Amino acid sequence: MDKTHESRFMKYLRKDRLPHIFCAGCGNGIVINTFFNGMELAEIDLSDIVMVSGIGCSSRIPGYVKCDSLHTTHGRPISFATGIKIAKSDLNVVVFTGDGDAAAIGGNHLIHGARRNIDLTVICINNSIYGMTGGQISPTSPKGSYGSTAPYGAMEKPFDLSELVSAAGATYVARWTTAHPLQLSMSIKDALNNKGFSFIEVISQCPTYFGRKNQMRSSIEMMKWMKSVSIVKKKADKMDEKKLEGKIIVGEFVNKEEPELSDEIYKLIKEEWDEKPSSELKSAYMED
Amino acid sequence: MITIDEKLCKGCNICIELCPRQVYEESKTIDSKGVLIPIPKYLEECRKCELCTLLCPDQAISVDEEDES
Ligand SMILES: Cc1ncc(C[n+]2csc(CCOP(=O)(O)OP(=O)(O)O)c2C)c(N)n1
Ligand code: SF4
Ligand code: SF4
Ligand code: SF4
Repeated sequence: MDKTHESRFMKYLRKDRLPHIFCAGCGNGIVINTFFNGMELAEIDLSDIVMVSGIGCSSRIPGYVKCDSLHTTHGRPISFATGIKIAKSDLNVVVFTGDGDAAAIGGNHLIHGARRNIDLTVICINNSIYGMTGGQISPTSPKGSYGSTAPYGAMEKPFDLSELVSAAGATYVARWTTAHPLQLSMSIKDALNNKGFSFIEVISQCPTYFGRKNQMRSSIEMMKWMKSVSIVKKKADKMDEKKLEGKIIVGEFVNKEEPELSDEIYKLIKEEWDEKPSSELKSAYMED
Repeated sequence: MITIDEKLCKGCNICIELCPRQVYEESKTIDSKGVLIPIPKYLEECRKCELCTLLCPDQAISVDEEDES
């Protein structure tokens, strides 16, 4: 096949590893496209990006991308990413994670990353279930939804991840679904440009587990459903809780400026080490 | 021109269902991997909006800017 007859995103991908491992119609592939689209809109080079992920189907994305990446342990990508950002603050550090990875085992890393406002872009692919391990219920599974660990339906109330991360202190937060690829690309652009903790929640389809266990057999059916129950934040803000039951609130949740952690650390180093005599330095290991 | 890479397409039909101009049609023949590869049939309807390239989870679609044919 002629080179020009390839997807316009192929130049960013490790072609020798394709087709990727995701099931037919899985939303992870759509998030790959929208990420590159957002990256192009932000005018950022892939060579300035390093990708970090945890464990899960969604966390396999960086392995297909032609950039430096770290595939870390379950729930810990934000911690590894924090290390990279502090060591090499000029890099654009992007985390790909799932609802299980980010909200269950990695929940603490998520809220503390947001609290510190460290400059990372976290893209959380929320398919409401553990895909990789066979359809177990996750902290974002809707109440009443079925999974392999909830044959009678989930009893617990799910986390609203965008609200959680907003409350924890993130400076950019947006939520869209895979059925909103243009809006999602624009938010990815803004997230990449934000100097601080950016969180993009993508409500996505896992047709193999969430779909099959919840009477939605195809990815198309799931995408149409996601689109039909989505309501933009501005409109939702004027509605009461009862009316919003079963809806997906989409849009920008937070977009503000605040001091960023790696910046503050480098500023302190410069002030203390470059400008003061060593006798005035403070140390946790010396008696004052 | 629209090209679908048969080595990449997994036959999810997202392009068929979500192209706003109904350019794609379902194939009647199954390929060697058991996949029904969609046919970009109504090319004259295509507005080159690239929504299908953005939505194809398998990066199988290319929509060329210029029509050479
Ligand atoms: C410490 C540890 N505990 C449990 C697992 C098993 N495990 C692998 S992936 C996963 C959940 C994945 O769910 P999610 O992050 O939502 O990703 P998805 O596969 O749905 O994209 C679990 C529990 C593991 N790999 N490591
Ligand atoms: S199991 Fe679900 S999340 Fe994992 S690749 Fe398949 S559809 Fe995607
Ligand atoms: S570019 Fe737009 S109109 Fe053309 S086939 Fe793709 S989705 Fe349809
Ligand atoms: S969206 Fe892509 S993978 Fe799905 S049927 Fe169309 S070309 Fe094939």
